[in-house]
Amino acid sequence: MSRVASHLIPLAAQSAWNRRATLALTVLAIALSVCLLLGVERLRLAVRAGFAQTVSGADLIVGARGSPLQLVLHSVFHLGDAPPGMSWESAQAIAHHPAVAWSIPVSLGDSHRGYPVLATTSAYFAHFRHGDDQTLRVVRGRTLRDAQTDLFAAVLGAEVAEALGYDVGSQLALSHGEGMPESEQEYGHEHEHEHEHEGADHADKPFTVVGILARTGTPVDRSVHVNLSAMEAIHLDWQGGTHLPGMAIPAEFVSRFDLTPKQVTGIIVGLKSRAAVFVLQRHVNAYRDEALMGVLPGVALAQLWQMAGVGESALMVLSALVVAVGLAGLVAVILAGLNERRRELAILRAIGASPADVFVLLSLEGLGLTLAGVALGFALLTALGLAAGPWIAAHYGLGLNAALPTVSEGLLLAAVVGVGLLASLLPGWRAYRLSLADGLTPRT
Amino acid sequence: MHTEPAIRLADLRFAWKDSPCLDIAAFEVAAGEQLFLHGPSGSGKSTLLNLLAGVLMPQVGTLTVLGASLPRLSGPARDRFRADHLGLIFQQFNLIPYLSVLDNVLLPCRFSARRRQRAIQPRTAAERLLQQLDMDETLWQRPASALSVGQQQRVAAARALIGGPELVIADEPTSALDAERQSAFLDLLTCACHEAGAALVFVSHDRRLAGRFARDMALGEINRVRS
Repeated sequence: MSRVASHLIPLAAQSAWNRRATLALTVLAIALSVCLLLGVERLRLAVRAGFAQTVSGADLIVGARGSPLQLVLHSVFHLGDAPPGMSWESAQAIAHHPAVAWSIPVSLGDSHRGYPVLATTSAYFAHFRHGDDQTLRVVRGRTLRDAQTDLFAAVLGAEVAEALGYDVGSQLALSHGEGMPESEQEYGHEHEHEHEHEGADHADKPFTVVGILARTGTPVDRSVHVNLSAMEAIHLDWQGGTHLPGMAIPAEFVSRFDLTPKQVTGIIVGLKSRAAVFVLQRHVNAYRDEALMGVLPGVALAQLWQMAGVGESALMVLSALVVAVGLAGLVAVILAGLNERRRELAILRAIGASPADVFVLLSLEGLGLTLAGVALGFALLTALGLAAGPWIAAHYGLGLNAALPTVSEGLLLAAVVGVGLLASLLPGWRAYRLSLADGLTPRT
Repeated sequence: MHTEPAIRLADLRFAWKDSPCLDIAAFEVAAGEQLFLHGPSGSGKSTLLNLLAGVLMPQVGTLTVLGASLPRLSGPARDRFRADHLGLIFQQFNLIPYLSVLDNVLLPCRFSARRRQRAIQPRTAAERLLQQLDMDETLWQRPASALSVGQQQRVAAARALIGGPELVIADEPTSALDAERQSAFLDLLTCACHEAGAALVFVSHDRRLAGRFARDMALGEINRVRS
């Protein structure tokens, strides 16, 4: 081994340096493929972490019995179809369970220019936690109050405010239903939906923006937040998803009505002690007055990742193939250059190199280039993380900052180097055969 | 000095596949002797050199170099033997193009601990040899590819001699040089080998060069295979 270290490694390095123009390209190809491989792996974990951090403070999500994943995706991430609602009475009863520290009722269904409207209470701003135990922060204005004066107040997520150019004091009208993306609304397609016919707009009861939230990198950024009672108020003169003909209750009169909500989509629950989570879950699942379920967000997300696993695996396989292509390119380049180096190998033989030395020399070259590619790929990823990491975190809530390799990344990199070494044995073996056949006098 | 002959062949036969190439009853080169060996191309000179260097093995016969019976050694041991005891110079393209002149001369010391020890100070030894072979000091750090053919051959000679090998084999080392340079190179090489006490086997098809050697023989005299 010391023999290898003392003369073959410098020789392999000097030889490779002499052909650096060609080899640099193959090293770059390997570097890019390694960057992709690690990037995909990091993105996968960051997406999972991002989802988990969105509900980092919630211990249990309670809603009407149905699909647990649908409840979590809809009530927290505002994705997918609305699950059936649960009654306000049940929500109140569960909120008063002794194990419960706080609860946030959420009700979804309306939208504003394609952005979901989340009806809730001031508890949302007091207790909702995301990321590393962070509360929602207001950059301008204030959060919602549970008061009559705030009936038509709205607090906007950062992206809504930015995209639609709203600021504190702006007026906006909600639409019934989930809404359509902005671009399609302009062509009037919104009315083709069953429940979204002429007059589906709640334009008679406009809302005033009272606050704008800081970016969180979670679905909060894409939400319009209003009071639960406001949701009742704008639907007073509605029934079954349509405006009642001949009924129009002006905004100034709604406070005369009972604005206690009849039902909500679900409640996000925080516990005094996490240890009580299964006790409360059993209590909810066995609730007598209504068919309810309590969902641990982590369990629902695990279900989601299980479903997403096929796609993740496909991405990993694809990026592994890209690495294989990079290594195949490396081997092809070394093999192609071998014929021109037969004289060089014969000189080494004359000086006393054995065919085994020649084998080691060529294999070392491939290994060295693979190592260089892996190192460069990691450096590239680190540079990307440093340059774009903070921006990605702010806009997508994905933690893709520069970081030292984790154990699993280390294993991935080691696997790349291992495959690179195996692949490098091929030019090594070919050079071994050539130097045995050529002896001291190559027939070139 | 070696009391053993530098080379001793007896009843040696070598064939490429089924076509006989060499059949030598007896051939000896004494330690420190300088021999001029000539023969037309295709007469088996290169094959003989590969045999002497331990790269090819005869099918039958005695092949003893510096007292070592090469056929009894394993492949790696023959490679080590070549690294330790032999200096080889070829017709051209002797040098690793991407290494400097000095690094090319020092190359045998990388592969052989014995050569390294015998050179005592390998770098100083290399510099002394380069001076002896009339290589200008300004060229020492240049890459070998930047040298003229004549300069390259002198660097190759320095490399063959570093670390005191007992046998130097030169295969047509002057055929790429013009007449004047041939003569100068031959002077330098024979002189350096003499000073180092190394035996020299100089192979060439050009008999005009034979005058400088104490012994001159044709391969045809010892090889019973007629091409």
